[in-house]
Amino acid sequence: MSTATDAVKHFTPRARAALDNPAVRGNFRKAMDGLMSKRQDAFADWDLEELRELGAAVRLRALSRLPELLEQLERNLQANGIQVHWAQTGEQACEIVRDICVARNARTVIKGKSMVSEEMELNAFLARSGIEALESDLGEYIIQLADEAPSHIIMPAIHKNTTEISELMHEKTGTERSSDVDYLTASARAQLREKFMQADVGVSGVNFAVAETGTLCLVENEGNGRLTTTVPGCHIAVTGIEKVVEHLADIAPLLALLTRSATGQHITTYVNMISGPRKTDEKDGPEEVHLVLVDAGRSAIYQDRELLDTLRCIRCGACMNHCPVYTRIGGHAYGTTYPGPIGKILMPHMLGLDNTGSLATASTLCGACAEVCPVKIPIPQLLQRLRSEAMDGDPQRPATVAGHGSKRRWLEMLLWRGWTVFNSRPWAYRLGTALITRCRRLMPSRLGAWTRYRSAPRPAAQSLQQQLRQRQCKES
Amino acid sequence: MNARDAILQRLYQGREQQGGFEPPASDFSVLQRPHWNKTKKLERFVQAMSPVHGEIHSTSRDNWHLLLQQLVRDKGLRNLWIGNGTPHGSFLADHWQLEQVPLLQRTQPVNEWKDELFNDVAAALTGSLGAIAETGSLILWPTPAEPRVMSLVPPVHFVLLDSDRLYATLHETIQQEGWAKNGMPTNALLISGPSKTADIEQTLAYGVHGPRELVVLVLE
Repeated sequence: MSTATDAVKHFTPRARAALDNPAVRGNFRKAMDGLMSKRQDAFADWDLEELRELGAAVRLRALSRLPELLEQLERNLQANGIQVHWAQTGEQACEIVRDICVARNARTVIKGKSMVSEEMELNAFLARSGIEALESDLGEYIIQLADEAPSHIIMPAIHKNTTEISELMHEKTGTERSSDVDYLTASARAQLREKFMQADVGVSGVNFAVAETGTLCLVENEGNGRLTTTVPGCHIAVTGIEKVVEHLADIAPLLALLTRSATGQHITTYVNMISGPRKTDEKDGPEEVHLVLVDAGRSAIYQDRELLDTLRCIRCGACMNHCPVYTRIGGHAYGTTYPGPIGKILMPHMLGLDNTGSLATASTLCGACAEVCPVKIPIPQLLQRLRSEAMDGDPQRPATVAGHGSKRRWLEMLLWRGWTVFNSRPWAYRLGTALITRCRRLMPSRLGAWTRYRSAPRPAAQSLQQQLRQRQCKES
Repeated sequence: MNARDAILQRLYQGREQQGGFEPPASDFSVLQRPHWNKTKKLERFVQAMSPVHGEIHSTSRDNWHLLLQQLVRDKGLRNLWIGNGTPHGSFLADHWQLEQVPLLQRTQPVNEWKDELFNDVAAALTGSLGAIAETGSLILWPTPAEPRVMSLVPPVHFVLLDSDRLYATLHETIQQEGWAKNGMPTNALLISGPSKTADIEQTLAYGVHGPRELVVLVLE
C-alpha cells in the first residue's frame, strides 16, 4: 500500500507532467471523443432518463438489503458447489487466492480483467509467493509487458498508441514491428493460447453477483474471460461486496446500461453466467470455483447514507470518458487504481483523505460525470462532501472518513474567522474596505498557486458601496 | 471474529444506525418493446448481429446440412467438431458427404485432448436455445454433448438457430423462460458476434481469443 499512497501524493507534479506531454494528451483526447459519441449513439433509441432511474433503483434496492443479499448469495453459491471466502482487506484477499493456489500446487495463474485484483495488487503478491500471474485481456497484457498500471478501468492501455504498443511487443516478445493492429492482435493471441493451455488456475473479476440464483455474471468481448473461467481446473473470482444484485432479472437493465455507457456497445460479445463448477457428466469447466468477497473499505462507506451512493457504481467508466480533467491529464496522473471522477470519490475511503488530499479538489464540479452516470451517482455532491470532510468543515455533521481534517490549517482557519467578523459587522466591513482601497497598490503580484496561471486581482480605487453612495448623491 | 462475521456485522450495524432506508420502486416498463412479430424479431436480430461481423444465413429445417457443407468447403475448413448424440449432430453425421473433411466427435473430457483442440480443430457446430432480437445475441447453455469450449476455442463457430425461438429482449427471455425459478445451468452464455477487441488504440480486431468467425444458420 505504501507505493500506492506515495503515488497519489504526487498528483500535482504528475498532472503537470501529463499536461506537458502532447502525445498522451492526444491519445486520451482521441479516445474519449470516440467513446462519448459512441455512447450517445447507443442510447439513441432509449428513454435514457427512465433507464437510468431503473438502474439507480436496482442498485439502491441491492444496497438497502446488502447484508441479507450477501448471506443469500453465499447460501446459493454454496448450494451450487461454489466455495465462498470473505476478506476484510486486499491483503487478506491475496492470501486467500494464494492459499487456494498452493493447495492445488499451482505455479501459473491466468487472469481475466479484474479491477478488484488491481486494487489488491494481486499479481505482485503472487509473484512474491513464486506464482506467476499472467494478464490475458489484451489491454492488460500490454500494460503488464510495460510494467504499468491501467490508465482506464475499461481500456487499460488507452494511453498508448499503436506505434508504442508495437515497439513494446517487439522489445518484450520479439514480435515484428508493425502498425497493423490485426497482426499485433494475432501475435498476442498466439502467445496467450499457450498460456491458457498450461495455466493451473484462472482468476477473474465479477460484474454482477446474483443472490437469487447464486450466479456470477461476467461481460467481455475477447473471449479471454471465458477461457480463464473454463479451461484451468480451478476458477477464482474476486469481487467487491457491493457487486451483489437481488434478482436475475435485475441484470437486464444493468447490462443495458453498462455496455452502452462503457463502450457504446448494445451488448458485449460474451455475457458469461457461471452458477457452478463442472458437473460429473460435463466434459469441461473448472472442477473448483471460488468466490472471494472483498470489503477493503466498502463497509466503512456503507456507514453513511450519503456516502454509500458511491457503492452503486457498476464500473462502466463513463464518468472518466466525459471528465474534462481526466481527458487532459489521463489516468496515471491520479496514481490510484480507479482514476477519474469515480476514483476521486472512492479512493479516499480506501487510502484515507490524508493520502488522497488533492483528489477531491481536482475537479471543476462541472457535473458531466453525474449527468452520464448510468446509476445516477451524485458525484459532484460527494466530492463536496469529501472536501468538507478533509477540512473538518461541517460543525453540524462530524466528519467520519478516514484521514478527515487532514487539510485543516490554522492559518486558513484564522483567515476564515477574520472573514466572518469582517462580513458580519458593518464597522469592520467599512474599515476594512477603506483600508483595502487605499492600500491597493501594496497588493503583491504573486499569490502562490493562484497567480501561477492567473494575474493577481487588484482592488478597485473605490468599493461598490462607495460608488453606489456617490451615484445616489448625484441622482438626488 | 472471522472476516465474514466482521463484515456482515459492520453492514447490519451501519444500516441500523441510519435507521434503514427505503429504495425507490424498480419500474421495468422501460425495458418493454412494442410487440414484435416473428419477422420483425428476425429483422432486428440480423440488424444487431451484422454490424459486429456475425454471418447469418437463412435455411430450411431439412436442408441446412447442405448449406453447412457448402460453407465448410468455401471456407476451406480442415475438419468440423460436432456434438455427441445431439439430434442435429447425428443428422449431420448421417448425411455428411465431404469425405476430405472429417467430422470430429469426442466423448472424453476436454483436458484429455487439449493439445488437439487448441491446435487442430478448425470449426465446431452447436445448437442454441434461441436468440435475443434486440441485441443480436445467441443463447447457449453448454451441455455434456456440446461443452463450453465448442463455442470458444475453434476459430470458426457454426450455430443452428430455430427461428421460432426468438425473444425480443433479455428481460423477456429471463421472465418467459423462468430462468430464476427453474434454476440456472453451470454455465449460461449470450454470444453476440465473433470474439473482438479494441484495446489497441480503439481499432477493432476480430478473433482475439475466441472464434474469428461466428456463422448462424437460421432454420425456417
